Amino acid sequence: MLKDTLHQDVISVSGIDIEVRTYGSGAPLFLLAGEEQLEVDSPFVAELAKNHKVIMPSPPGFGVSGRPDWLTSPDDLAYIMLDLVEKFDLNNVPVVGCSLGGWIAAEMATKDDSRFSRLALVDAYGVKIGGPFDVDIQDLWVQHPAKVAAMKWRDVEKSKRDYASMTDAQLSVIARNTESFARFCWEPYMHNPKLKHRLHRVSTPTLVIWGENDGVASATYGKAYAGLIEGAKFTTIPEAGHYPQIEQPEAVLKALRAFLA
Amino acid sequence: MYAWHFTEMPYPNLPPLDTLSTMRVSIPSKLFDPKIGAELYNRYLDEHMLADEVGLNMLLNEHHQTATCINACAPLTAAILARQTSKGRICILGNPIANRQDPIRIAEEMAMIDCISRGRLDVGFVRGVPYEVFAANSNPTQTVERLWEGIDLVSKAWTHTEGPFNFEGRFTHKRAINLWPRPYQTPHPAIWITGSSDRANIKRAAGRGFVFATFLQPHEKVKWMFDAYRSAYNDQGLPGGGGTAYMPLVYTADSDAEAEAGARELCWYLDAKSEPQYRNPPGYVPVEFNVQALKGAFTGRTDAMRKQSIEFLKDQGVLIYGKPDDVAKQIKRLYDLVGGFDHLLMMQQAGHMSSERTKRSITLFAKDVYPQIKDLARTRPLNARVAAE
Repeated sequence: MLKDTLHQDVISVSGIDIEVRTYGSGAPLFLLAGEEQLEVDSPFVAELAKNHKVIMPSPPGFGVSGRPDWLTSPDDLAYIMLDLVEKFDLNNVPVVGCSLGGWIAAEMATKDDSRFSRLALVDAYGVKIGGPFDVDIQDLWVQHPAKVAAMKWRDVEKSKRDYASMTDAQLSVIARNTESFARFCWEPYMHNPKLKHRLHRVSTPTLVIWGENDGVASATYGKAYAGLIEGAKFTTIPEAGHYPQIEQPEAVLKALRAFLA
Repeated sequence: MYAWHFTEMPYPNLPPLDTLSTMRVSIPSKLFDPKIGAELYNRYLDEHMLADEVGLNMLLNEHHQTATCINACAPLTAAILARQTSKGRICILGNPIANRQDPIRIAEEMAMIDCISRGRLDVGFVRGVPYEVFAANSNPTQTVERLWEGIDLVSKAWTHTEGPFNFEGRFTHKRAINLWPRPYQTPHPAIWITGSSDRANIKRAAGRGFVFATFLQPHEKVKWMFDAYRSAYNDQGLPGGGGTAYMPLVYTADSDAEAEAGARELCWYLDAKSEPQYRNPPGYVPVEFNVQALKGAFTGRTDAMRKQSIEFLKDQGVLIYGKPDDVAKQIKRLYDLVGGFDHLLMMQQAGHMSSERTKRSITLFAKDVYPQIKDLARTRPLNARVAAE
């Protein structure tokens, strides 16, 4: 079973305690989860772990990783994640990032993608395409929670989590992830104005995967994002919202396997 | 005991509340009729001027994007009252320093108002209630840090009189701060701060000699907070000073029936509607509170006093109403229950309460209630350093 292969550790990276999960064995794959860390112990990761040693760190502020005050943006988190890639001496490694994890992965790639073999971004945040009055990415915090759930999920039932069955430690991770997501992404909202102008530096073959029904950032946005990366391919996943890897893991894996092969 | 008149300056002329999902943040401004707004601003200022005439102080606050409070810029109303009144003290409680970009601009505004009023200004600073982060777009995860950094900077700007100084903090960077004007009062106006159950915040306020104010809380909780404030001096040898302030809803009337009618009108404030995301933005409260929220055990700060009977609110000391002697009795009871306090902040107007009713309550309070409570001993903690000198 997936959990039998899980190895969980907290290691010091650039003076910050970073939680790292690894699943399975095989060629390493660096996975940056979304802000809610729904990928932890998920069927999506279980499938990836059949052929890869999946290395899934919690960036600063997420999971039980530390969060010093000087870190203020996903741009900062990208440097810490690059330090981790170097610390593990990963080379020729595929990097997959979902939602906020996709944003961090894109930031990393603009700085140094020399150790990357492939870059896959799944419904990633990070750039602003439209003008000041355009809403590229729906506001997750100012709108009613029921409306937000409907934007994030094709099937809202999948958004429901059984908090009553969770321990305080698990609930604290959820609360912490929510808080850190706001700490890093509140303003500029869900994007780094500089990233758009740095993406030309990415030379790794890139695939952008998008949930067809993503109501937070539409597939049109995703396609425009992909257009900022030289040679990037773009594909959509039917019957999926903002987290296609959770709603339609098979379809996302199919696209990923073809890309990574 | 100092007594202060207060209204949030509501805009109550709304469609039926059951047709609105919220009175805050996202309520469309087409529901604000500027002609009604003009009348309201002027009447609320008139009521403050009456309060000043009859011997009360004037308390102002500000909120944004809400029909519950159209005083969106308290320094403006404070400046008007600084010029149009001459006796009472004026307190802004407070300046939302965590939600404003430039603390030095606040320092300037306060210094100007202090000069115009010839030293009648008290300056409050607030972190801002949760829904305010949306109007200001301030990061909800660091408003406490912004609040304290801002206060430190304003205090220095008011008192540094030898030309420019430098500040490169976490949230503000300025390299040539040199305040003109400086405040009328020396070294600077009294500083007030609001708070609830955060003990570290209360002790910090006490340690710096700030007045600590809290609103509409059950008397047991008020006592807990005021005890924490008072003990800060004894426990830590902090300089003390300041004082304590509490705000209930207060309505003074000629008859019991009129008092009850007024009390029910004041409760409009407690029933202000808002959507859940405005009550607990991410990271506004610590992780431990949000763990409780996920369990359904914490729903936001003000729910304890919502949808309660006026008898319950009266017993809690949150709502004080009656004929003058009854009001005085209730204030003395509250004073005893919480271990004494220095400033009675009275929300004497809310919701649809007419100006006639509000003015009657202000007048009756000043004439027949205030003399009965004015001489209650202040509970200002001893300032050991001053006492020794």
